[in-house]
Amino acid sequence: MSETTGESATRETAEAGTQERGLVVRLLSGLIRVREVSILVVLVALALYFQAVNSAFLSPQNLLSLAQFAVPYVVIASALCLLLICGELDLSVGQSFAFAPIVMYLAYDKLFLVLPLAVVVGLLAVAVVGLINGLITVYLGVSSLITTLGMFFLLAGLNVTLTGGFPATTPDPSSLTQALGESAWSGTVWALLIIATLQLVLARTRWGLHTYATGGNPLGAREAGVSIARIKIGNFILCGMLGGFVGIIEAFRINSIDPLAGGPDIVLLCIASAVIGGTALLGGVGTVTGAFLGALVLTVLRNGFTLQGISAYTFNIILGAAILVAMILNVYVARLRGAGR
Amino acid sequence: MENGQANGSANGQDFLRVEDVVKRFGAISVLKGVDLHVREGEVLGLIGDNGAGKSTLLKTITGFHRPDGGRILIEGDEVNLRSVSQARALGIQTVYQDLALVNELSVFHNMFLNSEMTVGPFLNNRKMKEKTAQYMADMGVNIPSIDTEVASLSGGQRQAIAVARAVYSDAKMLLLDEPLAAMGAKEGALILDLIQRLKDERGIPMILIVHNYAQVFDVCDRINLLRNGRIEYDKPVADSSVEELTELVVSEYRKARETGN
Repeated sequence: MSETTGESATRETAEAGTQERGLVVRLLSGLIRVREVSILVVLVALALYFQAVNSAFLSPQNLLSLAQFAVPYVVIASALCLLLICGELDLSVGQSFAFAPIVMYLAYDKLFLVLPLAVVVGLLAVAVVGLINGLITVYLGVSSLITTLGMFFLLAGLNVTLTGGFPATTPDPSSLTQALGESAWSGTVWALLIIATLQLVLARTRWGLHTYATGGNPLGAREAGVSIARIKIGNFILCGMLGGFVGIIEAFRINSIDPLAGGPDIVLLCIASAVIGGTALLGGVGTVTGAFLGALVLTVLRNGFTLQGISAYTFNIILGAAILVAMILNVYVARLRGAGR
Repeated sequence: MENGQANGSANGQDFLRVEDVVKRFGAISVLKGVDLHVREGEVLGLIGDNGAGKSTLLKTITGFHRPDGGRILIEGDEVNLRSVSQARALGIQTVYQDLALVNELSVFHNMFLNSEMTVGPFLNNRKMKEKTAQYMADMGVNIPSIDTEVASLSGGQRQAIAVARAVYSDAKMLLLDEPLAAMGAKEGALILDLIQRLKDERGIPMILIVHNYAQVFDVCDRINLLRNGRIEYDKPVADSSVEELTELVVSEYRKARETGN
């Protein structure tokens, strides 16, 4: 009698032990899975490090310049994130970033439209760019890598041609220009609003769910009746428009419309941000929060190094290494998860 | 097969009739005049060799392909199916071999993919979870959690979810394309039980498109063999046997080898 109770007791403790270990493993794998947490840790660690080596890092002035510098990157990375999740890519979004303010400026300066209307015209122009990217990719079956690479050069040429190659000054200050980036924190407010909305759309709406489904299993999504053409084209347009919008904001912030603002750096950094933030290049996986944090990490890195007087060359070396490490970890963690099954 | 009305165990009227359906791809005729019918509450096993046109026939019934000849009747009315969603609206639900599940999404999001429940513009996840749990319980499907990603489930569990999704999207008829593909006996038994329950408790007419007929023989009421673009064999299972079907298939292979040599 006592023997059996003793036996069952040991069995119970053994079971409890495995249960506890199971819980710990589950918690840990849960944390690894919540990619955002690990990037947040990296972000905080970077901030602490830069503050330790240079107390100016967390000064109000630097925080403002950090925030202002981050705006285009966080917005474009978040917009790209949706497009990447549905399985496509937009290399031309940086050029849309430069194109929208140029079109706005021409509508205002040459067509004498009132500024609000000129802003709308600028946004429509980049919406059309997104639409064309989407139509070519979806209906003509050209890979979006190629479609948007073509669009990248096309817009780069157009941007320089339309402006004669010289930067233009933004329209005279008004309450609208203040709201659209001229006042110190307006860009940041816009960025946060846009990112919160995108995250909500992605995580909580049918559009978001269908975006995941389109990238995760295009054939299956279509069989379930999801219009993957609509989802893809819509996300191309969204990406182009947000890129253009944040371009207008940046133009007003620096009071200059620069035809060369859309070089390859901006889009590549934003893709890197999204990928570091856990977005899969092949679609189906990712979050806006992750892309946002990824972009912040890169911004903090660059800003911190600048404060320290480290050159842009070194920054590129570190950025490259960071992307490689992040990706290797990504593959490794995915393998671990696969093995755990 | 000129309307050789074989009597299955299920009675009643035809839910689906396919009459003299022809489908060509360029110069190749895949379906050369298919006659097929499924009665209310009946489970039809559609068998045939690889490339016999089973999938083409399936896709013609579901509106994916448009037939080049013949007609399709659903509940006695001729239909001119132009799209998969049109067939779906008429209650014809298909569970494809590739499952149409999205690995990256949870069980309940897959369950309601493209028929999501919403509150205003937002997904009503709570309600979808409740419903999914209820459906799974009703159908006797066991899965670890409806919150898990579909990727982490077994083949049988994934198939069960795909079947459940089809059933609960107001299916009047189910088409199952290779429901036991790539499954072991244990997993397969799960699906066969599910099919049996759907037949007994809900009386949903079904077509099982299978390569390996021996596995599904027991749950079928009638067997059709598609060969050379036509239904060449139509018998209730009571008058048929796995041996007879095997003989049919073997003789075909023998013939092919002889002519090949």
